[in-house]
Amino acid sequence: MIDILMDKILTIGLEHFLILSGTLFFIGLFAVLAKKNVIAVLMGIEIMFSAVNINLVAFNRYTAAGTALTGHVFAIFVIALAAAEVAVGLALIISIYRQRTSTDVQDYDWLKW
Amino acid sequence: MFAFALNHAWLIPFFPALAFAVITLFTKKMIKFSAAISIVAIVLSLIMSLIIGIGVIGQGDNFLEHPVKAVVTWFSMPGLSIEIGTLIDNVSVMMLLVVTLITTLVQIYSLGYMHGDPGFARFFAYVSLFAASMLGLVIAPNLLIMFVFWELVGLCSYLLIGFWYGKISASAAAKKAFITCRAGDFGLLLGIILLQINFGTLDLQQLSAMIPNFTQYTGLTAAGLTAIAIILFLGPMAKSGQFPFHVWLPDAMEGPTPVSALIHAATMVVAGVYLVGRILTLFITLPSALLFVAIIGAFTALFAATIAITQTEMKKILAYSTISQLGYMMLALGAASLTASMFHLMTHAFFKALLFLGAGCVLHAMHNEASIWKYGGLKKYMPVTYWTFLIACLAIAGIFPFAGFFSKDLILEVTFAASSFSGHAHGPFQAVYSVLFIMAVLTAFLTAFYMFRMFFICFHGELRSKEVEPHEAPKVMTVPLIILGIFTVISGWVGWPGLGEGKAFGYFVRMGEFHPVEANWFLIILSTLLALGGIALAALFYWKQTYSAQAVAEKFPILYKISYHKYYIDEFYLWIIHQIIDKCGWLLWKFDIYVVDGIVNGFGKMAQWGGAVMRKVQTGQLQHYALVFLLGIMLMFVLLSFTGVHSPALGMIGGAR
Repeated sequence: MIDILMDKILTIGLEHFLILSGTLFFIGLFAVLAKKNVIAVLMGIEIMFSAVNINLVAFNRYTAAGTALTGHVFAIFVIALAAAEVAVGLALIISIYRQRTSTDVQDYDWLKW
Repeated sequence: MFAFALNHAWLIPFFPALAFAVITLFTKKMIKFSAAISIVAIVLSLIMSLIIGIGVIGQGDNFLEHPVKAVVTWFSMPGLSIEIGTLIDNVSVMMLLVVTLITTLVQIYSLGYMHGDPGFARFFAYVSLFAASMLGLVIAPNLLIMFVFWELVGLCSYLLIGFWYGKISASAAAKKAFITCRAGDFGLLLGIILLQINFGTLDLQQLSAMIPNFTQYTGLTAAGLTAIAIILFLGPMAKSGQFPFHVWLPDAMEGPTPVSALIHAATMVVAGVYLVGRILTLFITLPSALLFVAIIGAFTALFAATIAITQTEMKKILAYSTISQLGYMMLALGAASLTASMFHLMTHAFFKALLFLGAGCVLHAMHNEASIWKYGGLKKYMPVTYWTFLIACLAIAGIFPFAGFFSKDLILEVTFAASSFSGHAHGPFQAVYSVLFIMAVLTAFLTAFYMFRMFFICFHGELRSKEVEPHEAPKVMTVPLIILGIFTVISGWVGWPGLGEGKAFGYFVRMGEFHPVEANWFLIILSTLLALGGIALAALFYWKQTYSAQAVAEKFPILYKISYHKYYIDEFYLWIIHQIIDKCGWLLWKFDIYVVDGIVNGFGKMAQWGGAVMRKVQTGQLQHYALVFLLGIMLMFVLLSFTGVHSPALGMIGGAR
């Protein structure tokens, strides 16, 4: 029993990375769903992006065939995408702030019934 | 020429229809021209009918075996095939002659009667339409086409009764006529549909062949077919003014008198009798249905006669007389004699038209004063009208040698033969026919009485009205009277007892074997005595004034009241309409607005309520939407994982099955 556990702690395998990325993903998800400040929501989205990146790279490292680098390349694309998305998101928030002078996400309720 | 006329018999209703179209569309303003078109059209039809008639008489028995049918298929689908065209056989030839002749005479008469009326051209248009419809009905080859024309004549009756539509009583009477006939037509249409469903055809010749062996063509029992026959008979009951649908005929006198003469005496009301005559095989195969027809006929005859003896308007007396005579015709059909019924139809057409046209002359002279108690002594003012009216009254009373004598006697003979009084009747209902025979005999007595009551009050004695100076009608009105008078005298002679093949009416218009009329001296003497007795009684009361009618009315006030108020049937019907039908209508109205509308509106209200609840989901909060997004994806994943044999979704979250 103990040796299986020690083996799991001492030898890094795919599941370690997946647990990490999953935990990071849900932390980001929590930030998106439960933070009042809209910038914090954006930060949560960023955290989710990094979780996804870890996931992609880990799968490539442990399950890709031969010398394929598909996961790494995909991760670089995701980074670029994240940067672009943050730019757009901040532009939107500044535009909304000019309307509502509030950064509380609960004040953005135009779509309420 | 004869063959042309036979094969193109559709032209006979076509000419008046064309006249109707032309007058309505083009020549409404040119009144003399319109009348001319109408009369020319009906004369053309008369000529064609005469050609056919003369040819038929020449052909004798051959035509009875092979009637001429000229049809085209109108529409057909599996199980139903309707042809439109003409069926010329002996009965229809007789009817063609009668209808065209009387329509011609009535139209000529109307030139004088409707003179100066603002609707002169419209009148001739409607009469042409009526002539077209009636002629179409007479030569219809199957029941559906007959029904189409049946409704058309009903329409023309509505248009013509309500001709002076500004008069409220006239338009009310027109509505009453149409609606009452409609009530009967419900039965007629139902009967036609049932016949079509069971026999697969509505063609008259095919039905006549199939019905006697109906058990091998359909799955009906005798009781079932009897029910169909009685339902179908409701139509003729309404159209021919049988009890209890007779209520529209007296009110129909609101129309102009030529209309009453044409439609409600000679032609339209006999459409019902004609229809029953056309499908008489149906009734003869079912003795109960035949008995029903006979009972209704005899009852109507006696019933209407008892009302006519107290009426005070000339046209109303004639209307009840028409109802009574129609009852006689139905009774004759109910005694399984097509000959007697059609013979009485023919003679009745002549003398009733004559009576109505004479009444029209009187009304014209007395400036539309309707009550006979204002007339009197018209003999010296209007001699032609007097003499023709006398001939018609003698005919309807059944005095030899006028037409009514022969036809009424024939009806009494056939009823007698079907009853238990004669020795050789067969069938299960002889005792009932005996009662009907007694009713018919009583009616003959009453007929003579009330006709001569009217005659003596109007034409004898002294003029009671002080305001009017009556004068004889113009020639255009008296010449048709004279022509009809001639026919009233001679048309009965085709039924002279002992006339043999090739000459007797019963040779041409019959069903089955030809039986020359035998003179039943007992009946002849009985009916003549009764007729003379009726005339004598009327003379005692109203001419010589030996007895006072007033005193008799006061001695039996209840009987007088019942008879004068037409047995209160109209009031009874109105009560039914107001208390039962209107109240049911009110109930159904409430059902409609609360239950039916409630259900429909309820659906709407439920949608609104659902929406009012569901809209609270839209909070506008971004994070709520994101949460729902997440939960939805998770739910979909779970669902997809557990469906299907291989589950890629399950594989994606690291499981396997």
